[in-house]
Amino acid sequence: MELLNLLFPNLMQKLPEFYQAIIDTFVMVGISGGISFVLGIILGVTLIVTKSGGILERREVYQFIDKVINTFRSIPFIILLTLLLPVTRMVVGTGIGVKGAIIPLVFGIVPFFSRQVESALTEIGTGVIEAAQAMGLSPWEVIFKVYLRESIAPLVRATTLTTISLIGLTAMAGAVGAGGLGDFAIRYGHNRFQEDVTVGTVIVLVAIVCLIQFLGNRLAAKNTH
Amino acid sequence: MIVLKDINKTFKLKDKEVTAVRDVNLTIEDKEIYGIIGFSGAGKSTLVRCINLLERPTSGRVIVGGVDMLTLSPKELREQRKKIGMIFQQFNLMPSRTVAQNVALPIENSGLSKEEIAQKVNKLLAFVELEDRAAAYPSQLSGGQKQRVAIARALATDPEILLCDEATSALDPQTTKSILKLLARLNTELGITVVVITHEMDVIKKLCHRVAVMEHGRVVEENTVYSLFAHPVQEITRNFINTTSNLSEIYQLIEDKAEIVALDHDEQLVKMRYQETNVSEPLISYISRKFEVTVNILFSDVELVEGKPLGGTVAIIKGGRGQLKQALKYVSQRNVDVEVIKDGAAESVVSKPYAEIA
Repeated sequence: MELLNLLFPNLMQKLPEFYQAIIDTFVMVGISGGISFVLGIILGVTLIVTKSGGILERREVYQFIDKVINTFRSIPFIILLTLLLPVTRMVVGTGIGVKGAIIPLVFGIVPFFSRQVESALTEIGTGVIEAAQAMGLSPWEVIFKVYLRESIAPLVRATTLTTISLIGLTAMAGAVGAGGLGDFAIRYGHNRFQEDVTVGTVIVLVAIVCLIQFLGNRLAAKNTH
Repeated sequence: MIVLKDINKTFKLKDKEVTAVRDVNLTIEDKEIYGIIGFSGAGKSTLVRCINLLERPTSGRVIVGGVDMLTLSPKELREQRKKIGMIFQQFNLMPSRTVAQNVALPIENSGLSKEEIAQKVNKLLAFVELEDRAAAYPSQLSGGQKQRVAIARALATDPEILLCDEATSALDPQTTKSILKLLARLNTELGITVVVITHEMDVIKKLCHRVAVMEHGRVVEENTVYSLFAHPVQEITRNFINTTSNLSEIYQLIEDKAEIVALDHDEQLVKMRYQETNVSEPLISYISRKFEVTVNILFSDVELVEGKPLGGTVAIIKGGRGQLKQALKYVSQRNVDVEVIKDGAAESVVSKPYAEIA
């Protein structure tokens, strides 16, 4: 404790606020991550099954989703944040705070995650899909029993990667007053030159990222046969 | 019964069209083992996929068990596909599922209870002799074991037909043999019609009843396996047959000017091919006694095809001109195809049927 006070004098003075920031980060990552996970899986699967040669080939659908994803991926997140402000206000009633951050985070991460899902599902050989069709499985069965089930390990890896990127995005969202660790570090560490706050925040972020990566690796390994 | 009528399949690539199957007409009877042989690119894999409509033919009709496949709705097609099992060269097992889960996959939503499925899976694994590997993952199995699992999986829906797309091409000869045995067994014991796609004539010889030879998308020759081996018509068929017999090695020896085929003036190198069921006759010992010629057998290859012997002998016969002539005449009258490959007197490769020389 003595040592911590010595090393992080400013940070130790605002511990409750610091804890709140950590919680806020987890809340933002959790909610936007959860929504993005579902949307990303849906979009990724849609891309795979509608692309040419897919089990539900629909060129127009594929082209449309493909273009939309590319568009959103090319917009820098910081610009996306301000661009989406009207939408955010309309949906959640506010453009700031944890609540205000969710929608831009979802828009920022879903395109990225959808691509990750698409590439994870591409790893499944066409032969396996052909076999599934030959045994009379319906498209839904092929999606759930083959595509998703067979790519659990790569999907876990994609989710790990995406979650870590998402933590990065929440920090950026902090710049526009979203709360969380990024906001905390900018407000005190950067704006008030309390460097120990920045360092402390970074240490916590590194720990969170390491933990997520560790859990992701474990889960992926467990699902690799 | 599988009826393929005027099947054509054209693939549209970016800048050109490729016709994989042209005007194919085939009828495959119930409970028969039907082989389709051809080099890679001959269109045989595409053709077999036209049976369960993994590929929809560009034109033509596909009738399986009296059902016109091309008129079915997607749902009806899925039901029909359950009656047509399929196995592949690369096995295509689901890597994240155990052996037992792989076999259960086609019947998971079939309305059977968990116990009934487990029972059925056990029975199928017993049939393919893999009961002890039920909990293993595909990555822990050998190629032959993977194909056995694939066969068990294909049988899970109690199909009437099994399509085999190069099912043994990724396996070593010993394993191939055991898989072929298993396929023959499911044909005789379960009465399943088997359609085999292969580029190995040996597979046709060991397993099939009837065979079609494909080249450039067309079926160029069709016959019972025995008749095809006995009386091949097309050049490509003869080439395929040569790959299964060591008799053709003689030509390599001649080309290499091997010591063993250097003939004296009173010797002839002959190839005799048995046409009908006459191998049991002691022809060689008979001619050597009767015509006083010596017969030195270089290669001999007699196999049972559909239970009937088929094969030939390459030998150097030695004796007086007249005796040689008489001996060969006698043999050729016994329904044996005689071919003088090399004549010591001429000391040149003649390779003419006996009849033309005489």
